Amino acid sequence: MKLPLNFIIGAILTTIFLCMALLSLVWTPYDVTALEIADKFQAPNIDHWFGTDHFGRDVFSMIMIGARNAVMVSLVAVGIGMLFGVPLGLYAAAARMNGGNLIDEILMRGNDLIFAFPSLLMAIMITAVFGPGAINAIIAIGIFNIPVFARMTRGGALGLWSREYIMAARVCGKGSMRISFEHILPNIANILIVQATIQFSIAIIAEASLSYVGLGTQPPDPSLGRMLNEAQTMIFFAPWLAFVPGGAIVTMVLGLNLMGDGLRDILDPKLRQRKAREMEASNAAS
Amino acid sequence: MGHYILKRLLSLVLTLLVATVVIFVMIEVVPGDPAAYMMGLSGSTEATEALRSELGLNMGAWDRYISWITGMIKGDFGTSYTYRVPVSDLITDRTLVSVPLTIYALILSTIIAIPVGVISASRRGGFLDTLLMGAAQVGVAIPNFWFAILMVLFFSTSLRWFSAGGFPGWDAGFLECLKALTLPAISLALPQAAILARVMRSSVLEVMNEDYIRTARAKGLSKGQALMRHGLRNALIPVLTILGLQFSFLLAGGIIIESIFSLPGLGRLVFQSIAQRDLIVVKSIVTLLVLAVVVITFVVDLLYAAVDPRLREGKRM
Repeated sequence: MKLPLNFIIGAILTTIFLCMALLSLVWTPYDVTALEIADKFQAPNIDHWFGTDHFGRDVFSMIMIGARNAVMVSLVAVGIGMLFGVPLGLYAAAARMNGGNLIDEILMRGNDLIFAFPSLLMAIMITAVFGPGAINAIIAIGIFNIPVFARMTRGGALGLWSREYIMAARVCGKGSMRISFEHILPNIANILIVQATIQFSIAIIAEASLSYVGLGTQPPDPSLGRMLNEAQTMIFFAPWLAFVPGGAIVTMVLGLNLMGDGLRDILDPKLRQRKAREMEASNAAS
Repeated sequence: MGHYILKRLLSLVLTLLVATVVIFVMIEVVPGDPAAYMMGLSGSTEATEALRSELGLNMGAWDRYISWITGMIKGDFGTSYTYRVPVSDLITDRTLVSVPLTIYALILSTIIAIPVGVISASRRGGFLDTLLMGAAQVGVAIPNFWFAILMVLFFSTSLRWFSAGGFPGWDAGFLECLKALTLPAISLALPQAAILARVMRSSVLEVMNEDYIRTARAKGLSKGQALMRHGLRNALIPVLTILGLQFSFLLAGGIIIESIFSLPGLGRLVFQSIAQRDLIVVKSIVTLLVLAVVVITFVVDLLYAAVDPRLREGKRM
């Protein structure tokens, strides 16, 4: 089977960033906590590929660790969204199919409620009230992933409940929760994986935004967003400080989006157009 | 239709009510003592006590909630703790910057996105399509605050076409204000335009497969004529929904952009208020933004139902 080009490019970009993030756990070219004031504001050169910042820290090393922090925050945030959203969606669909319209209605209105809150503003509020930091950023981003997955799961599950093989499972006497997990979940796993990739990229931008305003990952841990914030005042004589972290965010997000699109093409060629539009619609809101 | 409107209206009011409870709990109950929180570490006991009685914190939570809601319905949002002016005045001033900025950004993103989407779709698979959709992919991936920083670098510092920030106020003349809002509007519009262009493209592609387009072509219309006369209107329906969503997203999403360009808008006000722990202002603005989102979604749903009767049965995914 020939893989679509967007998937290949996306997978390569994503793999590069994941490897860099993993590598930073054990090794970075320079120590980012060591300040070498004598080496400050070096433009990109052989020793420092992406230059150094106002403390003489190596920008490449900071990008590696920043990428790791972004990946970790986003991964856990999307994980929270799936962990709560998917069972909720399955439950709502099962309840509707078994006459529990009220439960379904309540769950889905609860979802609408979260959607009604402007996500970035709420994330800023949550981190402001509970204190800035990576963990609160994860929670703030994660909460807004729950309705995305719940809605998508429910939509997919409702379409499956009228299929013959579900009927067969019911006739066999399986309970609705068992049917949901054994027969429905595997059949909607592909759309969920695609959506997870997209949400992952959205979470990376959200983490960068929160860190940019000082509410995400805290110093001395490097984060891409805060690097951009610090670069702003020095952009006139050290423009690489703004270009490099921004470029890193864009490549990471681009890689994930391309991979998501490619995955969608691979897993679901028939539904491609319709799903694409629905996803765009839900992404536009987040 | 009447039944449908009533049902949606009821769920709108319900959503709003629950939303106010959530906001109230988050801001007034969770931080423990809001007065101590607002005063910060430096607050003396007397000052904190004075603020507590000013905020009415000596009342129970339920009474405070009720008086907050009834006050808001009457248009009384309370007095800002840091600015010492009625919150409603503050909000009105700031809305006069934020809403025009949002509309400006929305217009820009539509002007860019619709032609790009249509051109891409009509050249499907071709070089231009690949190029435009590649650009759209990059556009989606660019964080708007980074784009804003780059724009300041190029257009304000290097080319000196625009000022790097600030807002002259509407008294300074419409064009001056438009100029001050241009860079922020572009920064907000670009990622949105990229999303919108992709939606527009897939929407046009879908419409072009419809039977009525084939009929129009069979009657002798060229592909372009069929698209312009029959397809475009239908292709715009999903775009409209997303425009509605984007309006509320942009209104709230301006927080960071407004800070970068030092625009005295709602987003910057809410951000400053969070920093200054002025919870009264934060509470009101968040509520208003939620109200905006809910009302806009409601209006879009109604428009949708008016256009497409099938949706009235409540078949929203």
